[in-house]
This record gives sequence, structure tokens and C-alpha cells, in this order.
Amino acid sequence: MPDLSINFAGIKSPNPFWLASAPPTNSGYQVMKAFDAGWGGAVWKTLGVPVINVSSRYGGVNYRDKRLVGFNNIELISDRPLADNLREITEVKKRFPDHAVIASLMVQSRQEWHDIVRQSQDAGADGFELNFGCPHGMCERGMGSAVGQEPKILQMIVEWVMEVAQKPVIVKLTPNISDITEPALAARRGGADAISLINTIQSIVGVDLDQFSPYPIVDGQGTNGGYCGPAVKPIALNMVKNCAQHPEVRLPISGIGGIENWRDAVEHILLGASSVQVCTAAMHFGFGIIREMVSGLEQYMVEKNFQTIYDFVGKALPNVRHWEDLNMKYQVKAHIHEEKCIGCQLCYTACEDGAHQAIRLQAGTRTPAIIEENCVGCNLCSLVCPVDECITMERRDDGSQHLTWKERTDAGNIPTEFNDEKAGGRHHWVPEPAAALGKERHKTLPGKARALGVG
Amino acid sequence: MAEFSTPTTAQEFAENFAQLKPLMNRTEALYESSRCLFCFDAPCIQACPSGIDIPQFIRQINSGNVTGSARTIYEANYFGNACGKVCPTEVLCEGACVYNLQDVKPIEIGRLQSYATTAAIKENKKLFGPGPANGRRVAVIGAGPAGISAACELRSLGYEVTVFEAKAQPSGLTVYGVAPYKITNEEALAEMAYLQGQFGYEVRYHAPITGRANLAALEAEYDAIFLGIGLGKTSALGLPGEDKINCVGAVEFIEELRMRQAEMQVGRTVIVLGGGNTAMDAASEAARLGAETVLLAYRRGKEEMGAYEFEYSLAKGVGVKGLFNVAPLEIVGDDYVAGVRFIRTAVVDGRVQEVPGTEFVQPCDMVIKATGQAKQTHFLHHIPGLELDNRGRIVADAMGQTTNPQYFTSGDARNGGAEVVNAAAEAKVAARGIYAYLSQ
Ligand SMILES: Cc1cc2nc3c(=O)[nH]c(=O)nc-3n(C[C@H](O)[C@H](O)[C@H](O)COP(=O)(O)OP(=O)(O)OC[C@H]3O[C@@H](n4cnc5c(N)ncnc54)[C@H](O)[C@@H]3O)c2cc1C
Ligand SMILES: Cc1cc2nc3c(=O)[nH]c(=O)nc-3n(C[C@H](O)[C@H](O)[C@H](O)COP(=O)(O)O)c2cc1C
Ligand code: SF4
Ligand code: SF4
Ligand code: SF4
Repeated sequence: MPDLSINFAGIKSPNPFWLASAPPTNSGYQVMKAFDAGWGGAVWKTLGVPVINVSSRYGGVNYRDKRLVGFNNIELISDRPLADNLREITEVKKRFPDHAVIASLMVQSRQEWHDIVRQSQDAGADGFELNFGCPHGMCERGMGSAVGQEPKILQMIVEWVMEVAQKPVIVKLTPNISDITEPALAARRGGADAISLINTIQSIVGVDLDQFSPYPIVDGQGTNGGYCGPAVKPIALNMVKNCAQHPEVRLPISGIGGIENWRDAVEHILLGASSVQVCTAAMHFGFGIIREMVSGLEQYMVEKNFQTIYDFVGKALPNVRHWEDLNMKYQVKAHIHEEKCIGCQLCYTACEDGAHQAIRLQAGTRTPAIIEENCVGCNLCSLVCPVDECITMERRDDGSQHLTWKERTDAGNIPTEFNDEKAGGRHHWVPEPAAALGKERHKTLPGKARALGVG
Repeated sequence: MAEFSTPTTAQEFAENFAQLKPLMNRTEALYESSRCLFCFDAPCIQACPSGIDIPQFIRQINSGNVTGSARTIYEANYFGNACGKVCPTEVLCEGACVYNLQDVKPIEIGRLQSYATTAAIKENKKLFGPGPANGRRVAVIGAGPAGISAACELRSLGYEVTVFEAKAQPSGLTVYGVAPYKITNEEALAEMAYLQGQFGYEVRYHAPITGRANLAALEAEYDAIFLGIGLGKTSALGLPGEDKINCVGAVEFIEELRMRQAEMQVGRTVIVLGGGNTAMDAASEAARLGAETVLLAYRRGKEEMGAYEFEYSLAKGVGVKGLFNVAPLEIVGDDYVAGVRFIRTAVVDGRVQEVPGTEFVQPCDMVIKATGQAKQTHFLHHIPGLELDNRGRIVADAMGQTTNPQYFTSGDARNGGAEVVNAAAEAKVAARGIYAYLSQ
């Protein structure tokens, strides 16, 4: 059996799955229940200044029949008394000494930071996570993302914390910034032991069409919230990668954002995370999802012959390159496996209207055909095809050549004008504009016209 | 053992005749509409005789524009809800859905269609209205799918329309003939009330058009006349004993069932003669009324039955037994039916031949003849110059105009007996034909 345990910047945990600082870690009751279910660690719901929450706090993005592909909230940090939280941290640690309990913190002055770090240290927390991410409410009071967006202030606060912290300090980054590595570097300069990302993304998840108000609605009005859930994973993965690849950040990363099953977790890990945190999925499905996550991760590690998590932390990073480093001689073309085709013609209309007019319809069959010379190998048709493995992208170059934009630039061999034979668009065939007219009209005619044979 | 006990209350009747395509709730409609691929030049549309833009109306349901969805449906087919419920979708739209080729359940197009239209009917959404009056008048004979669809389309073109209906209620065989587990009387009639409210045509009930005098009056009073009279009563078999009590025609049996509902009586042992869809319906219905034994007797083998596969499965599913390769010779009994004398048959070179010496009597206390509907030739002969083909169907051109230019037609009377959807679709064309004729 592979070893799932981690030592994250000095914080030990039986597995890399932590609950993120959020409602699932609001109380000792929940955290104990989660540990009992199999979670490796929990970042306690952020402790700090007294707050009041509003009623109606969450909004969701549904995609067709799928609920909560995106999720947002306008909740603040813990509204429970600090003493209660600290007492419960102690209780949890007593019961689960080998699990990771991390205190998430957010206060303002240097003195407040010193006090709260000492208090949670005394309560038995295994480490700290500084919440510089919350993109609503707290930032208006000069905390949360207001700090995360100002690298200098961020660094200063980290320095205050390091003055008293005897346990590892993680800085949680806000994605509401154009270059995520700036606050990451500030955290490093301030002496932090690790970073975690991403916090929620400023968002409006939807607008009520009858009340003319954004969701979630509080007495007929709303405010921007923080976006999370499956929809944010691609943004999180990119930011994790940016921090992991930056030569000067060099801090352990706790990956957060859109993790709902073992695959999502492995993706974060392959891009450099060495622990992962989960919020929305636990809020949606409860703590029980951990069993699938652990089992999937174990199975993956067995199949790949990985002994520990560290065997594959960042394993995909060498393959994430700048665009200019990609091999321009690599060539794929779409191939339709006719025996699988169900004739929906989505590939046809996608390529025809949304790509390169490289698919044509054929008389006597609903299966379309690829026009090889027009296919640029963009993948679109294979992405829209509803049948598994029905359209595959087949390699057409012989693999012997390798040439990147960078190499061409270095060799002084890039096109400088459009009619240059070396330019990309020279042989990009497009039909005459007027050939479009009338092409669409005879399709999907309303019944009346069709019955009359009009059109 | 009978599968069903005889229903005695409205509720028991509703249970025995539970809807095959019950109304979807919002969640189910959302889930099902989410599955539609929005195919290009979708095969489901091509398979729909009324050419409803199916991916469009499904997408409208999915985006919460249920009213727009109903409009899409009704623009192509005024019997939108009825068709969603009674169309043989297995061989039409749903049979053409691309999912079939992936061995995935096809989209439940019929139920989605009814979901959208039912919502419009329930909320009495104003979607259509009459066109600007053009001062001309059209008489429609028959308030079936053909007649009502023609009336709607004619009103939208600005004609004043009067519908003459022999019976007490509109929708023709939709309420008098289709199996009650496909559509309830209330559902069929609610759509009719909705359409009449939208388009405002007049319907005169108990107003059969019978002889030359009636027709002459219409010809004088109206600019054009639309014939949506469907077919007639069950054809006689010409067998001895056919007039015995409890030997009934399928169409008459079903009409009585639909009107009397739980008060309908059925025999304990019922023999249904025929192998078409009406025979399957009558057999299923007899079983659901609590008959202990229902035998379906057909002259040829099982595979040669004209009924759709799924209709036969439905009958088998409620306990109907098949009796194949038998021809009825006589209905036996005193005043009442006591059995049917059959002779076994063999199919030789595609032709049915009786096998001598194989006669037997199959006892029963009810016989339902599902052997086809007669044409209304007698009535039609009162229309000067109206030609019928050799099967008794009214001859008409592509726009539904008959050989008497003042008369147009569509539906069963013209196509010889098809589905509600064909009548509804063809009637729209005929209405356009009337428009073209009167605009000359
Ligand atoms: C038993 C049975 C089951 C069926 N099941 C289905 C099914 O499940 N699905 C499906 O799609 N189709 C089904 N059909 C077929 C469908 O009902 C018909 O194709 C459709 O109703 C034809 O419409 P129509 O308007 O042409 O005729 P009809 O529905 O027959 O309507 C004709 C109307 O004209 C009236 N009329 C006739 N003569 C006169 C006159 N001289 N004066 C005034 N009024 C007159 C009649 O009373 C009737 O109301 C079934 C048919 C039968 C017999
Ligand atoms: C393949 C592709 C190419 C794009 N190219 C451009 C571009 O040239 N210029 C631009 O302003 N945006 C470009 N975009 C971004 C889109 O205009 C748009 O802002 C983005 O896709 C978000 O909208 P969506 O969610 O509807 O896709 C491109 C998007 C895609 C998918
Ligand atoms: S890969 Fe792109 S260009 Fe080629 S056929 Fe598919 S959609 Fe068209
Ligand atoms: S998208 Fe796939 S299934 Fe649909 S027509 Fe194209 S190849 Fe066939
Ligand atoms: S064929 Fe099926 S999947 Fe395609 S548009 Fe029609 S209902 Fe939708």
C-alpha cells in the first residue's frame, strides 16, 4: 500500500486531504466528524475579529441539469466566540493528535496578530494559515484580500506573525490579482513557511431576472461574493503552477480550488501542490466524499508505482511550457471513426461555424467527413462529439522535426509580413463570404414552412 | 387470472388506464431536456410529420422559456399536447433520435412536448390570435384533428370559420378513439378549449352534415368547405352471427369506453379479431377493464401483424394472448355471443389459405371486431364532382384541394387512416391551399 501521509512544511497529516477554512470547519463537532470519516487535516474557519453575517449568503451556478458547478458566498469569518473555537481546537487535538489542525487567522493590528497567534498556539494548533484572501466584507474593513492585493502590507503582517509563531505559517493567497507570484514572493520575503491558493474569486454568480438583483439576495439587494467550486479549478491550477514554477517562490503549496474527487487532487499535486484543501465539495456532498478521494488516490499511486505523494508532486511541471517553446512541426488531424458515429452532426456545425470549415456532409449518410487539407488540428470537433473516442486526433507529422517560435526568433526566421511564405495564414483556406448565403436556411425550418415545401 | 380487476370508480379507472406518458415535473423536464444534443439538421425533426423544431423547443424548456417552447410546438402543430401523448413516437421522432445509435435511451420528445404545451394550456397563455378579417367564410365539417387544425390556421389567415361537428365534443378520435392510457378526456378537451380561446372559431355540436340539402346550403353560404370527416364505423365482416349481442365494432367499443369510463361493461372472455393497432388497443382496453381472458385472433402469423411492435408488447404486457393463423367463420351463440368458430390458416405464397378440417369453436362472451373502419362514401357522393380513389379515399392535390374546387380535405378521410399528427400537419397545408384558392 502506498504511503499517503505528508509532512507539509512541518505539519504532519495522515493524508494530503484537508478541509479548507470554511463552514465545514466551523466547529469542533464538524472537524471531529470529518477526521472520523477519514480527512487528514482541517484548516479551522478563520478566527479573528467579531463579525455579523447576513441572512441569505450563498449563490450557485447550475449548468443545465448539474447543480453547483460554481458556488459563491458573501459570508465573513467565524462569528463564534474566539474562546469557544480555541477550546474546541484543544479538544480535537487531544482526540486526534496525529491529524493536522491549522488555525486560520485574520486580524488587523500587530498586537492583535501577536495575541491571536499565541492563543491558538496555546490551544494546540499545528500551524497557522493567514487569510489574506476573503474578497468581500472583510476587505472593506482593510483585511482579507485588501491585504492579499498589497504585497508590501502582506509581507509586513507575515513578519509580525513570524515574530511570535512557533508553528509553521501558511499564507493563503487571493486570486483577485493579476500576477499571483507577487504576493507569493512577498510571503516568502516575510518568512512564511508555505502558501495555499486559491481563495475565492470576486464574482456575481447570477442576477435574478424578476427582482433585478444579484444572487444571493438580501432583502432585494446583493453584493459581489467569492466564487469557488468545480468551475474555478482551471484558474486555481494555473495559479498553483505559476507559484510552483517560479524560481524564487520555492515554498510548499497547499492547492485549493475546485477539488471534488481524487482526479482533481492529483491534478493539483502534479502541478506542484503537496497538500490539497476542499470546501465546496464537502459543503455539497458532506464529509463522505473523502472515501472516494482516498481510494482513488491510492489506486492511482499503485498503478503508477508511486510510494509517496512526493513521488509525483510537480511531475507535470516540466511539461508546462511557454507557448514559444511548443513544437510547431507537430501536426494532428481529426479522424472520424465512422462505426461509432451517431450522426448528430455537431462536429460539422462546430467546425463549419466555429472553426475552419474542414468538415463536410455526405450524401446518403449522416456521418460527416473531414476535409484533411483544411483541418488545422484544433480539437474542436473531438471536444463536441458526444461519443467517446469517435473523433480522435491523429498525429500526421513523422516526429522527426522540432521547431519552436523561440528557435525561429533566435534564428531570425519569423514572418514579418502577412504575405510572407513563412506566415501561418498564407495557406489557410476560407470559402468566399457570399458562399454562406442560403446555406443554413433550409435546415431546421419550422414545421409550417417545411410542410409547405417552402425554402 | 386477470391482471386487472374491473374498475368501478373514477379512481380505479384512472389506475387501470394509467397514463403511458405522464406529465413531467419541472425537474424531470430539466434533466431530460439537458440530454438533448441539439443535433444539426436534426433527424428527429425530419421524422416528425409536422416538422416541429424539436431541438429548439427542447432548448427553450432547458433555458426556462417554456412559453416560447409551446409557441415553437404550436407553430408547427396545433395538436401539440395531444401529439406529445398519442403519437407513436417510437417510430417517429424518438425512433430517429441519434441516441438510439449509441444504445442510449432516446430523448423523451413526446413527454417534453406535452410538458411545454400543458403549461401553456394551464396558464391559458395567449400565443396566437386570428389574423385581420378578410371578409371570407369557410365551413369546416368535422371537429377532429384535421378540422380543428384547419380552423386554427384559417383563422390565423383571417377567415371566419364555422365548424360543424356531428358529436357532442371536439377533437374527433383523440377523445373518442385513442386509448385512454394515452390521453385523458380532460387533457384532449382542455387543448381544444385552449385553441378555440386563441383563435375564436365557432363550433356547432350535434350538427351532422348529412345530405345534399345540407351541403348545398354550405356551398351557398361559405367560400370554401373543408372536409375533416375522418372515417366511419367499423366495417362489417359479413359473417353469420355478427349481429348477436356483445359482438361489437372496435371503434364503437372504444368510443363507449371513453364516454362511459368506469361504467363500461366488458365480457369475461373476450376475443378481438384483427392484427392492427386498433386491435391491440381494444385488446389492451378489454384487459384493463377486467376481462379474465383476452384473445387476439389474427389470420396470419404474429410477425405479419400490421400493428407496431410496441403496441403488441403493450397488449402482451397486460395479459393479452395471441391466437394466430386462424380465420373466423361464424359468431356462435343464441341471442348472446357464446364463441367464435375458427378455421386454421396457412400462408402459402403470401396468401392466406384455410386448412380444411381444422375448424374449432373458441368460447367467449364478447367479440370485438377490429377489422378496419368503413369509408364515408355514401355521404361523399352527395358532393358534385368529388372523386374518390379505389380505396374510398378523397382524391386531392398537394395543397389538399379536391376535384370539386370549393372543397378541400385532409386527415383520415384523405389518407385512409393515419395518425393524429398526420391529420394536424396536412390540415395546415390544406388551409394554405384554401388561402391560395380564395386569393386568386
Ligand atoms: C382505435 C383508434 C386508435 C387510435 N390511436 C391513435 C393513437 O394512439 N395515436 C395517433 O396518433 N392516432 C391514433 N389513431 C388515429 C387518429 O385518431 C386519426 O388518424 C385522427 O383522429 C384523424 O383525424 P381526422 O380529423 O381526420 O378524423 P377524426 O378524428 O375521425 O375526426 C372526424 C370528425 O368529424 C366528425 N364527422 C364525421 N362526419 C361528419 C359529418 N358528416 N358531419 C359532421 N361531423 C362529422 C366526426 O364526428 C369526428 O369528430 C387511432 C384511431 C383509432 C380508430
Ligand atoms: C479559441 C478562442 C480564441 C479567442 N480569441 C480572442 C481574440 O482574438 N480576441 C479577444 O478579444 N478575445 C478572444 N477570445 C476570448 C473571447 O472573446 C471571450 O472573451 C471569452 O471566450 C469568454 O467568453 P465565453 O465564456 O463566451 O467563451 C478567444 C476565445 C477563444 C475560445
Ligand atoms: S480539428 Fe478543428 S479544424 Fe480540424 S476538423 Fe476538427 S474542428 Fe475542424
Ligand atoms: S460529432 Fe461525432 S457522432 Fe456527431 S456526427 Fe460528428 S463524428 Fe458523428
Ligand atoms: S435527435 Fe435526439 S438528441 Fe438530436 S436534437 Fe433530436 S431529440 Fe435532441
